[in-house]
Order: sequence, then structure tokens, then C-alpha cells
Amino acid sequence: MASVVLRAASPYGEDSCDIVVDGDRIVSVDPVGTGVGDLVIDADGCVVLPGLVDLHTHLREPGREQAETIDSGSRAAALGGYTCVHAMANTSPVADTAGVVEQVWRRGTECGLVDVRPVGAVTVGLAGNELAELGAMARSSAAVRVFSDDGLCVHDPLLMRRALEYVKAFDGVVAQHAQDPRLTEGAQMNESELSGRLGLAGWPAVAEESIIARDVLLAAHVGSKLHVCHVSTAGSVEVIRWAKSRGMPVTAEVTPHHLLLTEDLVATFDPIYKVNPPLRSAEDVHALREAVQDGTIDIIATDHAPHPREDKDCEWAAAAMGMLGLETALGIVADVFVVNRDLGWRAVADLMSVAPARIGGVQDQGQPIVEGSVANLTVWDPTARTVVTPDHLASRSRNTPYAGLTLPGGVRHVLFRGRPTVLDGEIA
Amino acid sequence: MIGQHLLSAADLSRTDAVQILDTAAELASVTDRSVKKLPTLRGRTVVTLFFEDSTRTRISFELAAKRLSADVINFAAKGSSLSKGESLKDTALTLEAMGADAVIIRHPASGAPFRLATAGWIRGSVINAGDGTHEHPTQALLDAYTLRRHVRSGTGDLSGVRVGIVGDILHSRVARSNVELLTTLGAEVTVVAPPTLMPFGIESWPCSISFDIDDVLPSVDAVMMLRVQAERMAGSYFPNEFEYSRLYGLDSRRMELMPPESIVLHPGPMNRGVEISAEVADSPRAVVVEQVRNGVHVRMAVLYLLLGGLPESTTGELHEEGQVG
Repeated sequence: MASVVLRAASPYGEDSCDIVVDGDRIVSVDPVGTGVGDLVIDADGCVVLPGLVDLHTHLREPGREQAETIDSGSRAAALGGYTCVHAMANTSPVADTAGVVEQVWRRGTECGLVDVRPVGAVTVGLAGNELAELGAMARSSAAVRVFSDDGLCVHDPLLMRRALEYVKAFDGVVAQHAQDPRLTEGAQMNESELSGRLGLAGWPAVAEESIIARDVLLAAHVGSKLHVCHVSTAGSVEVIRWAKSRGMPVTAEVTPHHLLLTEDLVATFDPIYKVNPPLRSAEDVHALREAVQDGTIDIIATDHAPHPREDKDCEWAAAAMGMLGLETALGIVADVFVVNRDLGWRAVADLMSVAPARIGGVQDQGQPIVEGSVANLTVWDPTARTVVTPDHLASRSRNTPYAGLTLPGGVRHVLFRGRPTVLDGEIA
Repeated sequence: MIGQHLLSAADLSRTDAVQILDTAAELASVTDRSVKKLPTLRGRTVVTLFFEDSTRTRISFELAAKRLSADVINFAAKGSSLSKGESLKDTALTLEAMGADAVIIRHPASGAPFRLATAGWIRGSVINAGDGTHEHPTQALLDAYTLRRHVRSGTGDLSGVRVGIVGDILHSRVARSNVELLTTLGAEVTVVAPPTLMPFGIESWPCSISFDIDDVLPSVDAVMMLRVQAERMAGSYFPNEFEYSRLYGLDSRRMELMPPESIVLHPGPMNRGVEISAEVADSPRAVVVEQVRNGVHVRMAVLYLLLGGLPESTTGELHEEGQVG
């Protein structure tokens, strides 16, 4: 493999340097203008981050390839600055056996744009009745470490306890989609004054918070790691903050859309804004932003959820839940936190690469930008402006809620294991 | 002047609402007198698009459109491609291709008329004939129209008129539209229900709230009893229909609590013996049948104003057209 120089790059937005990559490693960090290599990539004025790691992606393959494939999802991920994604288990067939997770992992490797790390289902068929073969998935060549019934909650407390205990054997983590099913029957949006007015069945915050409260207590009791998916309410933040203050083994994620959008958008009845968990209130958004800043929330994960056009081009109740996220996540994080200096780039690197790699147990990702690290690197141009244009997205689907929005900056180049996957904003 | 669509009672200003109600009264006086049919919408195509069974609302709109000489097409979920799962979008495109000038839609999903009006599928007017548990604006208009004829000696001013709405507020599009419209018209609305059947956040609605019908009845000018659906029992909203009827049903004894001139409304169809006793339903104070008649006039007014354009003088044009027709 040819050696590569990122010329005049600014790791974490700090002092400029030349980053020299040979093979899959960073071999030296040199003064600007002194790095030597076969391919010199201009990164002048650009921020370099460790390649982003998404702990929560829906790639839809196998089974729903009209919405996304591992190939199209990998392209979307690379263009969004990612070098690793975790593919959720709610495919068809469900990723609940070693065979399915190995297939997903192998397809990801063939596409070669990002590490595709399959997430294994906790229960057979996501049905919530009996444990899937977690050990077989962990020992497969996909080496699954994250288990989730995402989209559905492992609501049986005994089954949740057993799952938390069982994955200790291979240092796994259960990622819970916290949603009490009985409290959310037929739910269409956040339960609020607005849901009452719109006549849409409400999705009360307590349906999320009560499950998180139960799960942190269970995780502490059995000494296992719990990860809370897509936290969406101020109350959930309070529960997690309390659990962490007690030293409980919990980590949590928030999506870019829950950091930016509020339930008011539902008043349009446009299902582009229909998502699970639902968009919440401005107070919730404020609490989530605070939780990111004070470390209560560990990571930002996209919950990239592609849907074919017909599943959004309909009335609200008939529409599918979910929004695209991979290609806009970093821009939204920059918009929400970096532009106003609430967070620096080191914090962003932690939220979007280092911590998700650690939670997901991914060895070669989220490493510091220093000599010897695996060269997964994202080059971000802070002077660019990106207008979100659905038809320009690499995803097979078009269900972005940000159409027409101008986001600060743009992903310019990406190195994946030392190889350029994105150059000047295009797949290399 | 009202806009292109009628989607929500909340969209109507007081001026809009009064205009519709005054127009309905004019149309009633013309069509009740001699001329049953006006030529206003001759050559226009009006579609009733019903995804839920509701014979009474559909025929009310159909009659209203026909009395304005529109061509009416009834598109019902049963016996059409809808039962085979055709999407709302494809149905809308079909109606657009056929040149529908107005689509009157009844749909089980809250907001479906908004999608129809705003998604760019059709160009015609959209009239909400009831969407999920959201709104039913023409029901509220006919209720307001009925109230105008009875309270304050029929002067038409609803300012300060006290209206109780009793029953399943949570799932009622009639209640939502009535709270919006009646308060816009100056009425004081009190909603009455067990707490389980109150919408979340109702404290911020422009109405009073009560859990006790007996507290409310002595001071109302009108009470509106809402239908309680049998399936609510399964949802643990209340123990059973007998307890509901005892605590929230309107029977003769309770009707005695009401002031002598006050009236009883019900959007129909009634569950006799549950939310309303047979004695009350059949009493002279119940105006349920009149509500049905008024519904045709109000829906004529809506179609007239949305499709017919606003004449210089509503009264003058009506009489003129009446003579022509």
C-alpha cells in the first residue's frame, strides 16, 4: 500500500502538522511541509479526528435492501466521516445467529469502506422470549460484543437480567432500547400538550425512564455493563446521572436529531419527523445537550434508519419510524456544540470515536492521532458549508429531516486503515 | 375569508366562523323556502373519500354538495381499491387525475387531511370530515350553528354561553373541534370526563375541566354528550359501562339539574342507556335530529365558501342564484 501524507492537518483542531501514514498505521507526525509519502493530501486548515465510530446504525441488509444495503450504508458512513459502524440486528432474517452476523460482517469487509460490526439480537427473532445464541455470535468471526433488540425493548426483567449476566463471559454489553411496551401501545409522538391537541397517541417520557431506572439497578446488581440507546428525555438524563454518581456500570448515547429537533415539527403531520424514540420538547433537548457536555451521556450515535420513500410518503400513523443520520451527524454536532465553543474537537473525538469504540469493544478504532495508531482518520473542513440535499445522499433512502438545512463544515477526506475512502468529499 | 381548505376548527378566526354560520343560515332560508337546489357549484366535482364507515356524515356532505349542484363521487374504503391497500397518495393522485375540485376526507389517522392538503398530491380543496382523534370541524360548525338558534333567544351571539362537553374527550375529534370553535366564538366550555379520558395537557386548553357532571349541569346553557365506544372498556379507561353511565351518563334525574331553557346535543350515533338515557334522547330538550338537519346547511356553506368564491353580498347573490336555479 502506498504511503500517504495529510499535509498541514490540525489534529483535534490544534497545531498543524503533517501526518504520515504507511500501511495501516500512522508512522510519524512531522512539522508542516516535511512529511514525505507517495500520496500527499492537502488538509490545510482542516481538523483531523480519529475516524468516527457509530454504535447505532441500521444497514437493512439482509432483507430490506430497497432501503439500504451494506454497500450503500458503508458509502454513506464513509462520506459522513465514519470508519466503523455497528449494524443493528433488526434485519430479515434477524441477526440472532452466528450465520447471519458472519454474513453481515463479511459483506462489510468486502465493501471495504468502514468496519461493519454486527450487533447481535438479545432474544431469538427480537421476540423478547428467549435468549439468542449470544455466545455463538461472540465467538464467530464477526466477534460480536454489542447485543441489542433495538426497535424493541427487552422488557421482561428476568430476561434482561439473564442477558446482562450472560454477556459478561465475553465482555459484551447489552444496548437497551428503553421503551415500556404497555405504556406506548399505538404511540405516535411524544406525550405532551401537543399530542393531546393533535390527537396523536402519546409516548410518555416515563415509558423510557422507568425502563432505564430498572436496567441500571439490574446492571449494578449483577455487575454487568449496560448501554442505553438513544436517550431522549430530561428524566432519562437524571436517572443516568444518578446511576453514574453511584458508580453504576452504565453508558448512554444520544442521537443528533434528539439534540437538534423538537416535537413542534410533528404539527406538520409530515412523517419525515416520525422517529423512535419520538422528538421531544425543547426542555428535553436542552437537558440532553447539557448531559453531553457534562459527560452524563457518553456518545453520539446516529440511529441511521433508512426507509423507502413509500414508507414516509403517507399519513402519519401509517409511516415508518426513523431518519437518516450518517451523512449529517458530524455537521449537526459541529452546529450544536462546536461553532458556539460549548465543546472542543477533542470532546467531539471522544463522543463520536473514542468512547463508542471502547463501548463497542472495537480494537482498531478510536485510537489517538499519534505515531503507531491505526490510521483511521477523518479530515473535516471547518470553512465549508453543506446544504443537505436528499438526492445527493449516498444512502439508498431519502428520509432526512434536514433537507435544505445548511450545516457548518464538511467531511473532506477519510482514511480507513491507512487507505483513502473519501477524497475531496467523494468516495475515493 | 376562509382559505383553500377546511382542515381544523383551530384555523378559523371568529370572522371566518361567523361568516360560515351566517352563510349557512342564508342557505337554509333559501333551500328551506322554495328552491331546494342552487346552481353555485354546477360543473364542479366533489369527492367524498371515506376511509371509515360513517354513513350519516357522508350523506350529509353528499346532500350539501348536490344542493349546490356539484357532481358528487362517493369513494368509500369498502368496495374500492382502498381495501386492497392502495396508499392515500395513489388514491389522491387518482382523484386529482379525475379533476376533483374538492375532496371531503374521513380517515382513521389523525392528520391525514393535512397530508392530503400539503403533500402536493392534489390541487383541490380538502375538507376534513373527521381525522382519527384529532378534529371534525364541520361537526363543531353544525353544533355552533345549532347553539346559535337556541341560546340567547336565537340572537346568534355565543359570547359567554356556557357549554358542557361530557364523555371521552381523549379520543374525541368532536370535542377538540368544539373546544376550539366554541371558544373562538366566545363561549365558555367545560369538558367533563373521568381523568383517564382527558387528553394529556388539557390544562392548557382554553376550557375548564371537571370530573363531576353534577357540578357542571346546573350552570350550562347546553350540554353535549359524546359517544362512548365499547372498546374503551378493554383499555381500562373506566371499570364498565354501568359505572360510566352512573357517573357520567345523562338521565332524566340529571337533566333536572340543568336550567330550564338549556338544551342537549349529541353528535350521534347515540348509545342509549350509556351516555344518554332514552328519556333524555327523546325529550324536547334534545336537539339531536335538528343537529343533523343543520349539518347539511353548514356543509353547504363550507362548500359554497371554499369552492364558490366569496360574493360581494352573500345575501344578494344567494337570492339571485336562487331565482336562477
